[in-house]
Amino acid sequence: MTEVIRMRAIEKRFPGVHALRSAEFDLMTGEVHALMGENGAGKSTLMKILAGIYIPDGGSVEVNGAAVHFSGPRAAQAMGIGIIHQELALMPDLTVAQNIFIGREPRNRWGVLDEAQLNRDAEAIFAAMKVPLDPRAEVRKLTIAKQQMVEIAKALSFRSRVLIMDEPTAALNEAETEELFAIIRRLKSEGVAIVYISHKMDEIRRISDRVTVMRDGAYVGTVAAADTPIETIIAMMVGRELDKTAAAIPDLTAAPVALSVRGLRAGRLVRDVGFDLRRGEILGFAGLMGAGRTEVARAIFGADPREAGEIAVHGQPRSIRSPRDAVAAGIGYLSEDRKHFGLALGLDVRGNIALTVLDRFSDRFLRVDDAALAKAAASYISSLAIRTPSDRQEVRLLSGGNQQKVVIAKWLLRDCDILIFDEPTRGIDVGTKAEIYRLLNDLAAAGKAIIVISSELPEVLRLSHRIAVMCEGRLTGILPGGPACSQQEIMRLATQRETTQEGASA
Amino acid sequence: MTASAATPAKRGRFGSGAQQKILAFASLIVLLVFFSVASPNFLQTANVLAILQATSVNGVLAIAATLVIITGGIDLSVGTLMTFTAVIAGVVLTYWGLPMPLGIVAAIAAGAGCGFISGSLVARMKIPPFIATLGMMLILKGLSLVISGTKPIYFNDTPNFPLLSTGSLVGALFPGLPVPNGVVILFLLALAISWVLNRTILGRYCFALGANEEAVRLSGVNADGWKVTIYALCGGICGIAGLLIASRLNSAQPALGLGYELDAIAAVVIGGTSLAGGRGSILGTIIGALIMSVLLNGLRILSVAQEWQTVVTGIIIIAAVYADMLRRRRAG
Repeated sequence: MTEVIRMRAIEKRFPGVHALRSAEFDLMTGEVHALMGENGAGKSTLMKILAGIYIPDGGSVEVNGAAVHFSGPRAAQAMGIGIIHQELALMPDLTVAQNIFIGREPRNRWGVLDEAQLNRDAEAIFAAMKVPLDPRAEVRKLTIAKQQMVEIAKALSFRSRVLIMDEPTAALNEAETEELFAIIRRLKSEGVAIVYISHKMDEIRRISDRVTVMRDGAYVGTVAAADTPIETIIAMMVGRELDKTAAAIPDLTAAPVALSVRGLRAGRLVRDVGFDLRRGEILGFAGLMGAGRTEVARAIFGADPREAGEIAVHGQPRSIRSPRDAVAAGIGYLSEDRKHFGLALGLDVRGNIALTVLDRFSDRFLRVDDAALAKAAASYISSLAIRTPSDRQEVRLLSGGNQQKVVIAKWLLRDCDILIFDEPTRGIDVGTKAEIYRLLNDLAAAGKAIIVISSELPEVLRLSHRIAVMCEGRLTGILPGGPACSQQEIMRLATQRETTQEGASA
Repeated sequence: MTASAATPAKRGRFGSGAQQKILAFASLIVLLVFFSVASPNFLQTANVLAILQATSVNGVLAIAATLVIITGGIDLSVGTLMTFTAVIAGVVLTYWGLPMPLGIVAAIAAGAGCGFISGSLVARMKIPPFIATLGMMLILKGLSLVISGTKPIYFNDTPNFPLLSTGSLVGALFPGLPVPNGVVILFLLALAISWVLNRTILGRYCFALGANEEAVRLSGVNADGWKVTIYALCGGICGIAGLLIASRLNSAQPALGLGYELDAIAAVVIGGTSLAGGRGSILGTIIGALIMSVLLNGLRILSVAQEWQTVVTGIIIIAAVYADMLRRRRAG
């Protein structure tokens, strides 16, 4: 094995974020090298630099011992470096073969596209991968797993010697993951070097040779995958020995039930979901991508049509057909995509906080009572510690964490007792995360009933009093939270596919 | 969905959105049958030729607009660009008295040049297409008036110029079939651009940009450069439309042009090209343009007031897009 990639002292800044601070990374031929770190640790940024998508602000990149300065993705491809993006970068309206060879279409001698050659070339790649896929199929009609295969084929078509996979199994089921691993092993045996970014510990142990951990944009260390305990890797990621400081679990057996859901059904991803949520409780929702957690929230909130199910709020059955009904019942939903659904980015803090309750701040001539508005805004800015120069600051100029607080203020002002947080800390830096956690705990302590949906297991573990785990639209179990809760047990429930379950119960 | 999944290979020949095209084609047939029954004059050869002749300018503009719309953009300047190129032809042929081929080249080159500017504004300066081409639309309207001194330029020194559109080469060969040249040009252009869309890289990037521009860029393709090329091609085709209309009127009318862009976009949309980009076809656009002119011609023959013709056109556009959305929702 020889070294193909050596990255040293890589620096990268984005407006307001120091994304990479002296990051480093090495890669050998024929190895699978896992790159790990919490969300926002800089893994994807580092790999985008390697793939020529970002230009580093400082540091050196060497390929086969020679320093390189990529001007763009094409330059990296020419050096045999291919990347498979986390969000698949495919053109859904084009066929498989057209996607693979975009930018390098075979042409006949009059410069006309040679579609037959295109399809033959694609077929050859799939034959080498031993994956049966029709090059003529339109990409939008493929499953996510198949689309992933297209991305891999595309990367291989550059004769890539280095293949970067950014969370390739995030949307794959077990069988598909096995298929992918088989391909990875085959590539590895052919000497291809593979960078494997993933959050899934068991996968890392199974597929990778070495693990490099990053934290807050910096290099932490590189260890052998086989003989390093998972706890050590996690400790490297979070910067401390496994944080067992889960919130103290209050005794809520006497607390009244705030939200009761029974037999909820909505489409493929909400199948007979039922649970109770008590006042003062934080119920975490865990599961893999596509498990249906967001869909459950949207069905409760009336954002998606419901096929069946009863919802009772404070013991009263409520008919919730639209978000309006849900808000009237005191349910608030904080979407994972703040920018699209939660905030009017061009409006100031005051305007956003009051957006949905403007009628409360206006008289019968519809004149806005600015003084009262300012007072309300000021009280939330101080109670939630929103860091903003003034309440007239445009929300788009605030950091992600402070934007999230503005959304929270908005819902609190509407007197919602039940708050559903969908990925509350996505895109928020580590420091502010802790603050959001504290805020959620305070809200629960004040008697709000809270649901937290999160893809980050540590987050769910740290926040939840109880943890509901979903798999493929079914609620596969509710575990008690706290230090006793095991990550393994959650993963077992999160991967409890229907067939396995039947097999187990038989 | 399974039915269309089984025939992905056909996509290359007909482009995507085959169902919407069938729908549009069926609507066209229904209109033709309806008007033939309602009025005996409708299917007369002279009237059919009039419909085709009326389609030629809007059809050519719609072909130009289709290219840009497939990339996910929009070009609001096609109408006034058409006028501008007609004025340029007038300047070259009448003011300067140069031979006709030079006027033709000048008009098309002027169109391509303006398209190049629009494309650069969109691709390089990242100005939203709606705004960039809205600005271009006004600039060209103004320039046409300035250059022509707000007066029409007549092509009296170039007696052959009107034949460009209204003459009939086909008629000369087959006396029973006096198809005007304008119509022949429309269909030849449709064939050519259809071929470009489905058989050349330019076309491939049109669809790819509309489907996922970021993915194109990440694939190492010079996305901006291709976008500029596509807008320039669109502009060049507008130059052909400018020649057709100037030839038909035997004059460059500098005040004309505003509103043509909306008719062109309407034809594109009725023909099933998605305003969101990524899918569309020239065949659909031609059917869309025909639907619009058949409708106008038929309503006129039935003596429906012109005001109401406009109302009906509006309803047709909304209905066409709604039908497309319904179909797509069913397909999932």
